Amino acid sequence: MTTKLFGEPVQRREDPRLLTGNGRYLDDLGREALAAAFVRSPHAHARVRDIDVTAALDVEGLVAVYTWEDLPERVGRALPLLIPHPALTHGRTAYPLARDVVRHVGEPVVMVVAADRYAAEDACALIEVDYEPLKPVVGLEEAVQGAQLVHEDVPGNVGAHLVQEVAAADGRGAREAIETAPHTLAFRLDIERSASMPLEGRGVYARWDGRDLRVYSSTQTSTSVRMAVAAALGLPLPQVEVIAPDVGGGFGVKIVHPWPEEVLVPWAAMTLGREVKWTEDRREHFISSAHERGQVQYVRVGFDDDGRVLGLDVTILHDHGAYTPYGIIVPIVTSTQLLGPYKPGSYRVEFTAVYTNTVQVTPYRGAGRPQGVFCMERTMDKIARYLGKDRTQVREANFIRPEEFPYDQKMTFQDGRPLIYDSGNYPEMLRMIKELIGWDSFEAGPGRGIGIGCYVEGTGVGPYEGGHVQITSDGRVHVSTGLTSQGQGHETAFAQIAATELGVPIERVSVVTGDTRRFGYAVGTFASRAAVVSGNAIALACRKVREKALRIAADALEANPADLEIADGVVHVAGTPSAAVPLSTVAVLANPLRYAFDEETAKATQFAGAAAPDRPPVAEGEEPGLEGRDYYSPIRSTFAAGMHAAIVETDPDTAEIKVVRYAVVHDCGRLINPMIVEGQIHGGVAQGIGGALYERMVYDQHGQLVNASFMDFLMPYATEIPHVETGHLETPSPLNPLGVKGAGEAGVIPVSAVIASALEDAEGIEVNRMPISPSELFELRAARMG
Amino acid sequence: MKPPPFAYHAPRDLVAAVRTLAEVGGKVLAGGQSLIPMLNMRLAAPEHLVDINRVAGLDEIEVTPAGVRVGATARHADVEAAGVHPLLTRALKLVAHPVIRNRGTVVGSLVHADPAAELPAVLALLDGRVRLARWDGDGVAVREVPAADFFVGPMESAVEPDEVAVSAFFPALAPGSGFAFEEVSRRHGDYALAGVCAVVTARSAKVACIGVGPVPVVVELGEAWSDWRAAAAVVRAATDPEGDIHASAAYRGHLVGVLAERALREAAREGAAARGA
Amino acid sequence: MEHEITLIVNGVPRRTGVPARRLLSDCLRHDLGLTGTHVGCEHGVCGCCTVLLDGRPVRSCLTFAVTVDGAEITTVEGLADADGGLSAVQRAFAECHGLQCGFCTPGFLCTVTALLRENPAPTEDEVIDGISGNLCRCTGYQNIVKAVHRAAELLAEEA
Repeated sequence: MTTKLFGEPVQRREDPRLLTGNGRYLDDLGREALAAAFVRSPHAHARVRDIDVTAALDVEGLVAVYTWEDLPERVGRALPLLIPHPALTHGRTAYPLARDVVRHVGEPVVMVVAADRYAAEDACALIEVDYEPLKPVVGLEEAVQGAQLVHEDVPGNVGAHLVQEVAAADGRGAREAIETAPHTLAFRLDIERSASMPLEGRGVYARWDGRDLRVYSSTQTSTSVRMAVAAALGLPLPQVEVIAPDVGGGFGVKIVHPWPEEVLVPWAAMTLGREVKWTEDRREHFISSAHERGQVQYVRVGFDDDGRVLGLDVTILHDHGAYTPYGIIVPIVTSTQLLGPYKPGSYRVEFTAVYTNTVQVTPYRGAGRPQGVFCMERTMDKIARYLGKDRTQVREANFIRPEEFPYDQKMTFQDGRPLIYDSGNYPEMLRMIKELIGWDSFEAGPGRGIGIGCYVEGTGVGPYEGGHVQITSDGRVHVSTGLTSQGQGHETAFAQIAATELGVPIERVSVVTGDTRRFGYAVGTFASRAAVVSGNAIALACRKVREKALRIAADALEANPADLEIADGVVHVAGTPSAAVPLSTVAVLANPLRYAFDEETAKATQFAGAAAPDRPPVAEGEEPGLEGRDYYSPIRSTFAAGMHAAIVETDPDTAEIKVVRYAVVHDCGRLINPMIVEGQIHGGVAQGIGGALYERMVYDQHGQLVNASFMDFLMPYATEIPHVETGHLETPSPLNPLGVKGAGEAGVIPVSAVIASALEDAEGIEVNRMPISPSELFELRAARMG
Repeated sequence: MKPPPFAYHAPRDLVAAVRTLAEVGGKVLAGGQSLIPMLNMRLAAPEHLVDINRVAGLDEIEVTPAGVRVGATARHADVEAAGVHPLLTRALKLVAHPVIRNRGTVVGSLVHADPAAELPAVLALLDGRVRLARWDGDGVAVREVPAADFFVGPMESAVEPDEVAVSAFFPALAPGSGFAFEEVSRRHGDYALAGVCAVVTARSAKVACIGVGPVPVVVELGEAWSDWRAAAAVVRAATDPEGDIHASAAYRGHLVGVLAERALREAAREGAAARGA
Repeated sequence: MEHEITLIVNGVPRRTGVPARRLLSDCLRHDLGLTGTHVGCEHGVCGCCTVLLDGRPVRSCLTFAVTVDGAEITTVEGLADADGGLSAVQRAFAECHGLQCGFCTPGFLCTVTALLRENPAPTEDEVIDGISGNLCRCTGYQNIVKAVHRAAELLAEEA
């Protein structure tokens, strides 16, 4: 391949439009559309007794008001449970509009459609809902007591319960191994809620022309929204198209679907025969979308004198909020990815997912991994502390060795497939991170500490993605894939793959994602999977196109396809640059025409003399056009890994916490675009710092989210984020043609563990709960003083 | 998050402004950096807004040897850039973020009376005053309210519903005095968890604390101290902080002691340097 | 009641009728069709909606359109050179990968454009302070800080 773009820090092709205000985000569309707004429950738990809309009817610009009773049977059904699991014995999902009981503050109760959002909110303010307040369940402790129920028919508030156990080589279970281990420790860990919090909220815009429905949604999965909307509205699939326009960040929350609004807005558009749009505002996003992270973990570990873990027993309480639309993916990920780069002698993990009267919990970047890594890395630090060993030494003693890959952890991963690590080199990575941060030369002192955290991340989960590649007679390459983009630079990375595979200048390649009109089969963007799954599908599709191009060019050049190569968009005989035909001409030749529309296409018309008269113009087994489609369906996930280290300083008087250095070594297999990968890591680390030191969702005893604004939910600014130093290790994945692993979530995963580790080192006190604020550090210090 | 409807008035002079306010009631709009978020969240729904941004002359910053008078529509950024009062300038750099300061007003911050805000503490510490105007039926009636009476409670000032705060006067620092403003906030630019503004002269020391009481807590320490830690303990004892989701009451109490000591030491050092001592 | 207002947006006088409560952000986006200005929180914290009002960056979500009748507004659509070439700040953001999803970007671009006008060679601390009122959820700010320095370099080279 002469056009080597794979692996280069190519500037992003998305940027020119985004830098000039020419992006098209959801609310930029549908200027003439009616606006929707919702009356949302002010109570965490209540029965809806009566809804009086009378006062709203006089609002100027009001078009329609809908309650659950106004919805057709199909539209009013409970939303789908997206990922059923045998252990999720009591899965529950919400209705698009509250049917009789509301189970968290923010649950939609009434939909209003009006001329604009101002009028819609005016109407919402005048609608009176009569609630019979019920006692809310807030917090894990209260939920597991089960005295009050979130769902009347879910005893003990337990939605799911799952045990996975990997016995020791001698067949003994983890609990037994711990009993007989030379040393044991037991402790409890707490992680509080945070949320994806993209700067663009969710949004839906629908157009109905009497036969076809077009829906725009700020989603991480347009193909799946399409199927869900078609099903809810009873429309044949081909009459529904769903497009994800430019999306202003996702981080997990937008993979959930269909949101109530994704059903209701298209339905309203059809019912009213008007375009309807709903743009989520920030308060709605806080109280009506999704949160994540909240867990309590009870840990017991048995280990030997070297710190090798002989048995690990973890019991997790997972707060699922009011509903489980995304199944139990988050606690499954925690349970499995907790293992990280280590091979404990035996492992037992048990989780109980409970309902509370709070916003539902679905994946947020990392999706349960930050909690699992926090657990395992706290465990490693505690073992080191107990044995008086260096923390990296204990980790090293537990690492899977490079020669042990593929390594079977003998568990079932979130994709239902075996947890088998494909490749990695953890000792080398440890060496690199120690060198980058200066671990061995670091001198701890009062108020100054160093910390480390390691993780392994299953990326690129299936079932599949596809790619379609078409070269048109102008020589342009049109690539499409079904999954969506929220800032990851797919248009650039996928163009790099296509340009490299096809030997064309990247300027001629354009990429479309998340548009069901272009590609109908896809799963979505989550689990750091786009580069792995769509990237490989596009590469395979390109290879099909390349093969066809060489076949046609060989015919034209009277050469052997094996002697041909493509460079700069021109097919030529290797070593004979003059024997050449541009891909644009190949595209023309690939599509026999009756009608010409320009000089180039005239060459393919029936009297131009290009085709042999004794063969059909399109040969048997061929299709017209220079295009190809292929799919990549991974046998199982690839496993990226990383190690982070940080130096923190604490103020002895004010207990302020400052991260003075932050270093990352990361392995996502082969890098497609190192600039983009680095950007992903930076962003992840910043979210991790937010989760470790600033962000939390604070519910009061009544189930009110008391910090539902950017004033009080403290997302970090530039002033709160340290400089991030990065290093890369590349252990290619043997599982896919490109050798890539995912990178999207990586940065966020170990940060809480790293900061806790560094704080312990600085302060000499145990940090078992994250996030931690200066006020909490002050309280910890006070507790130590007695 | 869209504001509720209101009738809008944009008077061009002060007489029209106070007459309008007297006639229709409603809220005064200056920089809007505190009021408009509340409107967007529909936490406030005034029927009328009297926009004073077009009232001639209200954006003036008047400097005399006695001090600085800041007009109601003078933006934080303009007062900061004018650099006419070193303590005020220092405090302004702690107010929110530069972009907010481009629009927000000094007088607006005072009227908003957030107990964690910096500018009320400066006014209180300096014994400044706020000039309020109202329509008395014949003309504009003006009263000056000293800082001690101006801050009534959390988010509550002495401005009556028919009054417009037209300016605030910040007395100049006495020659040879040093000052400091120390605060701790969660994020840079957030309202402080606790903060202490201090002025120290050869013969006196005085602080105003924020975030640790319903209004700025002013503590006169009188004669100069040699033991600033002991002085800080006096300051701390004068405060009565409450806990919230960002910080416990105990932490805030601890913090105000730490910050008082830092601010007093710094102000004393500066003062001594200014006096050539 | 509608108020007739005129805004000089990106050098062009635009006349429109707005209710008093129309936020400047909504006026720009929905009345004038300039959707490059984004709305991320509508309570003045995120900075996505930052535009230049008479040359100074302000939150357009905390400004009523009617209040700024007659003022000059620059939005992200007006940052490129007259011939359509990207401004130094815009080029620097592209070069340094200072944006991912792009939603906060218009606010950063307006803020940084004004910052560098006032302070053409800011220090690291001045850059961080200068962008400290804008949230970004994607980049971790690393490359935004880099882009501001790079823009300063480009501006100096091209001055």
